[in-house]
Amino acid sequence: MTALRICGDLWMGAAPLIRNLALEMPAQRWSGLLGPSGVGKSTLARLIAGLPGPYRLEGAVGAEDGAPLAGRVAMMAQEGQLLPWADCVQNVTIGARLRGARPDIARARRLLAQVGLKGMERRRPDALSGGQRQRVALARVLMEDCPIVVLDEPFSALDTVTRLAMQDLAAKLLQGRTVILITHDPLEAIRLSDHAYLLGPDGAEVLDLPASPTPRDYTAAPTLAAQARLLARLHRADPALCAG
Amino acid sequence: MRWLSTSLMRGLLALGFALALWQGVVWASGVPPFILPGPGRVGTSLWTNAPLLWEHARFTAANLAIGLAAGVALGVATALNLALSPGARLLLRPMLIFAQAVPVFALAPIITLWLGYGAPSKIVVVMLVIYFPVTSAFFDGLMRLPAPLNDLALMMRATPLRRLFLLQLPNALPALASGLRLAVVYAPFAVVIGEWVGSSRGLGYLMLMANGRGQTDLMFAALLVLAAQSLILFSLFEALARGRMKKAGR
Repeated sequence: MTALRICGDLWMGAAPLIRNLALEMPAQRWSGLLGPSGVGKSTLARLIAGLPGPYRLEGAVGAEDGAPLAGRVAMMAQEGQLLPWADCVQNVTIGARLRGARPDIARARRLLAQVGLKGMERRRPDALSGGQRQRVALARVLMEDCPIVVLDEPFSALDTVTRLAMQDLAAKLLQGRTVILITHDPLEAIRLSDHAYLLGPDGAEVLDLPASPTPRDYTAAPTLAAQARLLARLHRADPALCAG
Repeated sequence: MRWLSTSLMRGLLALGFALALWQGVVWASGVPPFILPGPGRVGTSLWTNAPLLWEHARFTAANLAIGLAAGVALGVATALNLALSPGARLLLRPMLIFAQAVPVFALAPIITLWLGYGAPSKIVVVMLVIYFPVTSAFFDGLMRLPAPLNDLALMMRATPLRRLFLLQLPNALPALASGLRLAVVYAPFAVVIGEWVGSSRGLGYLMLMANGRGQTDLMFAALLVLAAQSLILFSLFEALARGRMKKAGR
């Protein structure tokens, strides 16, 4: 299956970013990577997605089945990567068109309906709200139909209520895929992850998560307790971690 | 004052003011008409020489249009090629930068020497003058693909050609529009300079001829026709660009 594993040291230029990485991301589960800004979360996302950058991994990244990752990873980023000149359907089908394949318009419209954008298919990004734009980006990820999905802070630009709604939607629609959720929001990591790491310069450590199924109820006592524990940890963590 | 707020009304008002100012200067200074004819004389000349002006304006307008279209087409094709091929960038970009330092207008005499007094030399001057601004503006736009869209192209494993036409080109349309805006400003200059250097037809030629014969009113009439041509060109371009931008949602 498409479980992922990253191990080794991550470098940014000549400076170490994260040492002693040993991340196991099991197949068809949500793995949360939580960390303060500047710790190297987005670099990890680029690493998994195979995007170039000034980083270097002394170690290995790969799928458990040994097959290359290229072409099996879809990514959704904070800004959605939407084309400002294209409408929703065109934005969702851009992958097929960039590869020279025939875009499946009917499927794109179905997916847009699934993410709650029925009737807005002809709108361009500037006529959509921030939450709606991320719904288009989610529909595009679904359109790509990749077994591995990297979510790089996909909801961090949204207001709290919209964010919760988007978390529920993503949890529902991305079920069955290997999802790597990169976030700096403790509640988001706790709500959505089957299994999560806290990232720091000296490595990643496994977080305690409630036993309930995801998306977890944010009013339930175990979720709140886990959030409180995590916030307390992040808050009093060593200053280097909080410097941002 | 609501009627004042339409752009037509404001335009007419400004025109009336300019004509009044012009006539006022003529009256107040008492300069003879062969130095500065008043708007009335120029108007009369415009009317009586209409067939002559029309004949020469047609020649100038045709060269302007052909040169503009050819220069834009050549510039767009060059920019697309440069964006697609690192080899072409390596070889052509230094030349392009150097060529921008050459005052292309100054090449008009050489071009007339090579191509003669007819239409081709004027068309080539217009082409050369607008080619560089169009090429460099469009090329810059093509190369300025925002990083997230570049990532998108990589993630989707786009071929360079599809990346160019599906991402870089639509992203570069506003830059192309500013290149074209420069082109429509430069082109009327270029066509007149081409005619001044050597021609037997065209509004530029007519102006030189009228000047030589002391027909200052005819010269001003030709100048007005030329200005009208430029204005029509600008407004055509603005209407086109606005329509495109609206369609593109910018």
